[in-house]
Amino acid sequence: MTKKPRILVVDDEAAIRESLNDWLLEDGYEVGLAEGGERAVAMVMEKKWDVVLLDLKMPGMDGLEAMEKIKAARPDSEILMMTAFATIDTAVQAIKNGAFDYLVKPFDPDQIEMQIRKIISHKELVMENILLRQQLEEKSRYDEIIGTSDAMQDVFDLITRVAPTDSTVLITGESGTGKELVAQAIHGNSKCCYMPFIAVNCGALPETLLESELFGYEKGAFTGAEHTKQGRFEMADKGTLFLDEIGDISLKTQVNLLRVLQEKQFRRVGGQELISVDVRILAATNRDLQKGILENRFREDLYYRLNVITIHLPPLRERKEDIPLLATSFIRRYCLEINKDERNISPSALKSLMEYRWPGNVRELENVIERALVIGRGNEITTGDLPFSQKSPGPKTLPKSLKMMEKFHIESILDDNEWNISRSARELDIDRQTLYNKIEKYTIKRH
Amino acid sequence: MTARPYIIKLKNTPSNGINLLPIGPVDHDILRHLSESITEHCNMPCSIGQETEIPEHTLNQTRKQYDSKLILKHLMMHGPPEPLRLIGVTGVDLFVPILKYVFGIAQIKGRCAVISLKRLSPRFYDLPPDDALFKTRVEKTALHELGHTFGLTHCRDLHCVMTSSTKISDTDGKHSAFCITCFELLKWYREKLMD
Repeated sequence: MTKKPRILVVDDEAAIRESLNDWLLEDGYEVGLAEGGERAVAMVMEKKWDVVLLDLKMPGMDGLEAMEKIKAARPDSEILMMTAFATIDTAVQAIKNGAFDYLVKPFDPDQIEMQIRKIISHKELVMENILLRQQLEEKSRYDEIIGTSDAMQDVFDLITRVAPTDSTVLITGESGTGKELVAQAIHGNSKCCYMPFIAVNCGALPETLLESELFGYEKGAFTGAEHTKQGRFEMADKGTLFLDEIGDISLKTQVNLLRVLQEKQFRRVGGQELISVDVRILAATNRDLQKGILENRFREDLYYRLNVITIHLPPLRERKEDIPLLATSFIRRYCLEINKDERNISPSALKSLMEYRWPGNVRELENVIERALVIGRGNEITTGDLPFSQKSPGPKTLPKSLKMMEKFHIESILDDNEWNISRSARELDIDRQTLYNKIEKYTIKRH
Repeated sequence: MTARPYIIKLKNTPSNGINLLPIGPVDHDILRHLSESITEHCNMPCSIGQETEIPEHTLNQTRKQYDSKLILKHLMMHGPPEPLRLIGVTGVDLFVPILKYVFGIAQIKGRCAVISLKRLSPRFYDLPPDDALFKTRVEKTALHELGHTFGLTHCRDLHCVMTSSTKISDTDGKHSAFCITCFELLKWYREKLMD
């Protein structure tokens, strides 16, 4: 941790608070003092404390009750319970309720120092672990973008050129082409690669939820907002914010988003304070935004703000020469994952893969390979292991009722698109809400 | 970053330096050694004051120890006003309410500190007397608390005199000197004080 760790001391005895304050200041910590449980909870709501030294027995709100409230508000604040009357029962109770450990007053000086250092280094390790995982994921994800086709070589060139800049990038392409992988690769090769990469799937959230997700909210902003929450913009400060399915956001959210992009400032939902952020924006969509502008579904000014540089990912059917390489790579990875010997792919199966249209693109190919490896028994993947080689139900099996025909058709499109609602709705040429209504009406369930 | 003896050289050496104030009976030989050591390490005049009695109210009858915070307050209120820094030296065992004992206590960025010789003596640990070891421990404890009065906090260099001492082996493990970072910080804090 680069900043001073913060420690909150909660005890009803002034002498205890003062002596702990002096001791902790000598160690260079930022110290806060609270004379009771109620005050401690209020201070925890105001700001985050790394460690809370909490007296068990206090008049009014006691230590156990205060701990419950503190943990509910700030789950990552660690609690060291203190008491002059140690019993096994209270110790067990405190630890069961979430205390990090338990100290009996007065402490041995090295006891308190050791406990606090243990907590701080534990928190440092957790943070380091998150950062390392993130870096590893970013690195491997970059490796996951596979392709020797000219189209993909152009994509790689563009990624290399735009990554070190601060420019906003719009990544376009059909579902399953790997837009998020490209965003990860841009971030991983940018100046802010050690800062957070935060992704938001704008299409997966309703308007009100998306606003609070992006901008955060203040305590009491709406029912259920029990404490102040940071939004994704704040989380991504100094790093990258990836807005996936940007074409699906409402016009109202588009206005708010445009304001942040222009002013680099925003207010949390229900808040007054203007919060400044320094965030690089990467956005992605599988929609035709220019068509959206013509149909008044997408703001032109936002489009030009996002579309500084465009990276278009070709669909898999337009770069079929990459299929053998992609298939081999997925086979290698999944054989390792499911602990099977590496398998080959038969020439006829490969021919089927090359001939298939791949509406779900690389993601679909990945799923097909995984399925073939799980269900297949031989030393190689054959056409029999591929789902699209099996005959689909012929006209004789179709229902006669128009309603049942509609149900059957929707089911079939949903299955084809692995229940991706946006993609299925587009294929059916209806909006997502209508599709949800029909799923409910016909009680269609995923098999 | 290993602790080595750095001597503070200031642009303006202050006329009023550090005063060691014995609280209760303290061996004069120890005080003289401490005075010389502080002068050497801090390049500041260090004088020895008149012995003063241990204030009665600072004794905690239950714990049979003296409240270091109350002694510190007594020093702040009744100690001589001239010295830049005032270090109380006492032979009694000190505590703060939350801890079982302390070797010393200081006002961070303040004027006063107090150290106890009780737990620095090998005899406290049922070991044979060792004058040299005892003097070194006293010197380290006093330099440490003095560092706090100038605004230094605990140092991560285990050899630096500003590393935290929660048990006597910590004190024995460090050197009687500031590491280069603490030395530079101390110099900076002192120069700021002189401006």
